[in-house]
Amino acid sequence: MANSSPRLDVKKTYKLFIGGAFPRSESGRTYEVKNSEGLFIANPSLASRKDLRDSVVAARAAQDGWGSATAFNRGQILYRIAEMMEGRTSQFVDEIVALEGVTQTAAKKQVEDAVDLWVWYSGWCDKIGAIYGSTNAVSGSFYNFTIPESLGVVATFAPTKPSLLGLVQAIAPVLAGGNTLIAIASEKYPLPAITLSEVIGTSDVPRGVVNILTGSSAELAPWVGSHMDIDGVDASGLTASQEKNLRVAGADNLKRIFRFKESQSPARVLAFMENKTVWHPIGV
Amino acid sequence: MALTDGSLVSIKGFLRTLSPVDQVGADARAAMLATRSIKTASKRWAIDMAISMIDLTTLEGADTKGKVKAICNKAIRPDSTDSTVPHVGAICVYNDMVSVARKHLDASGGSQIPVAAVSTAFPSGRASLEVKERDTKDAIANGATEIDMVIDRGAFLSGDLEKVYSEIVYIKSLCEGKAHLKVILETGELVTYDNVRKASFLAMAAGADFIKTSTGKISPAATAPVVLVMLEAVRDYYQMTGQRIGVKPAGGIRTTKDAIKQLVLVKETAGEEWLNPELFRIGASALLNDLLLQRKKLTSGHYEGPNYVTLD
Repeated sequence: MANSSPRLDVKKTYKLFIGGAFPRSESGRTYEVKNSEGLFIANPSLASRKDLRDSVVAARAAQDGWGSATAFNRGQILYRIAEMMEGRTSQFVDEIVALEGVTQTAAKKQVEDAVDLWVWYSGWCDKIGAIYGSTNAVSGSFYNFTIPESLGVVATFAPTKPSLLGLVQAIAPVLAGGNTLIAIASEKYPLPAITLSEVIGTSDVPRGVVNILTGSSAELAPWVGSHMDIDGVDASGLTASQEKNLRVAGADNLKRIFRFKESQSPARVLAFMENKTVWHPIGV
Repeated sequence: MALTDGSLVSIKGFLRTLSPVDQVGADARAAMLATRSIKTASKRWAIDMAISMIDLTTLEGADTKGKVKAICNKAIRPDSTDSTVPHVGAICVYNDMVSVARKHLDASGGSQIPVAAVSTAFPSGRASLEVKERDTKDAIANGATEIDMVIDRGAFLSGDLEKVYSEIVYIKSLCEGKAHLKVILETGELVTYDNVRKASFLAMAAGADFIKTSTGKISPAATAPVVLVMLEAVRDYYQMTGQRIGVKPAGGIRTTKDAIKQLVLVKETAGEEWLNPELFRIGASALLNDLLLQRKKLTSGHYEGPNYVTLD
């Protein structure tokens, strides 16, 4: 057979990442994503509140294992994500260039910064307890320690731009602290988040630890706020009014809601940790 | 009208008149009914119906009196924050816990809730008839008003249908007037749907008030096609004799979705008469918490978490 016809493109179906699997939205909905020139490039899933609910169930089921894994082990796995991302650099660059309309060089810089950020937070996993924990002087024959431990299930709203780096800034510290999470990707530029979910799917991260949803932040935010089984929220990517509604809905269940100014800081790890104090008798 | 006189020849002759089960058809029908969408108002009704059908079960070697009392409290008032939640269908425990459960229910305002005892050397059924008789009498004497007996699967699979039949008839005679008899087929060990259908008819002809899928100790347990086959059996039996026999799926039903799928199967197969706790029960423990979480979600409008219901 003559090889005269051009090869057909194999187009990618952009899906959600829930409990280690890549399902479409249970609602069957999708939305259009356009490139920087306004041309159609993809139909990612438009996640519904039921996808959020399923993600929380997956994240809660995974939390015990991830939170009680040794800090050293979590650090290794976060470093593994950096390794896997490095190999996908060109795919991330292509997506960032198409969506954000930035130059190749700027896109490459963004990907490299994101990889480096994983390495940076992987190092924090086994140091956060040593630096921010303490031994406390008490009046009695006891050792008294305070150690930060994971908060539980956290939802993150990534900023619209930079699409990849902003997402990693949000999720890496949450994972370093031993939490499991539901990341709601940049609504306008969701493709790097979906590719990142494929990276995470092959990085020894236990299933359910990271769940990534694409869709409307405005639609999902109130459901995140009122959900009784989400312990904390990084609201950095929400508008002021969305954040206000989230805080109103989250007040009833005492949710920890933060908006961060620093893009890279151990404070972002500590925000989603709780201090546990242990008394231990001396000389027994 | 007796369908069989209990002799092997007569049982075999009777079972031969049954139509065989179309396995592919049963799987497809059960899968198709599972796709039905349930709207909010119906869901509310279905959740309350499912709660009132639960045989709240604890069948562990590690059961203590304290645990049995705790599930009795939960049976009477499943949600301590909401008194509109109905009580469950029954408590299901091992023989030695029957009196603990009965006394605690009576003392705590749950006298309307029956106690079911698993009997006849549950879960294997591997004991002599004398032991099974003693087991059953003991449970009834301690206050059990429902007896969940297991059939002898070894005898059934090796063709000794007379033994299976006569055991059920005998246990039924012990229960007569004092307790309902549920016959556990343990469908996970019966291999084929044809066997499930045959065992269902054998149990009904021998006098079962309920036929129950499983002990909960074997997987697979209450799969949707098996429940469908059993519901078809009770429907056909009703057409033959005019007598309504109950069905109890048990084991593997853990979520509200699973429970509602079972209710759809009941409605579409046996009919609406079976949609009540007198004729349909669900043997479960973890299911109740999920039903309560979904019920709370319907009431409050926001998603709930497992921190807000009791531990099992």
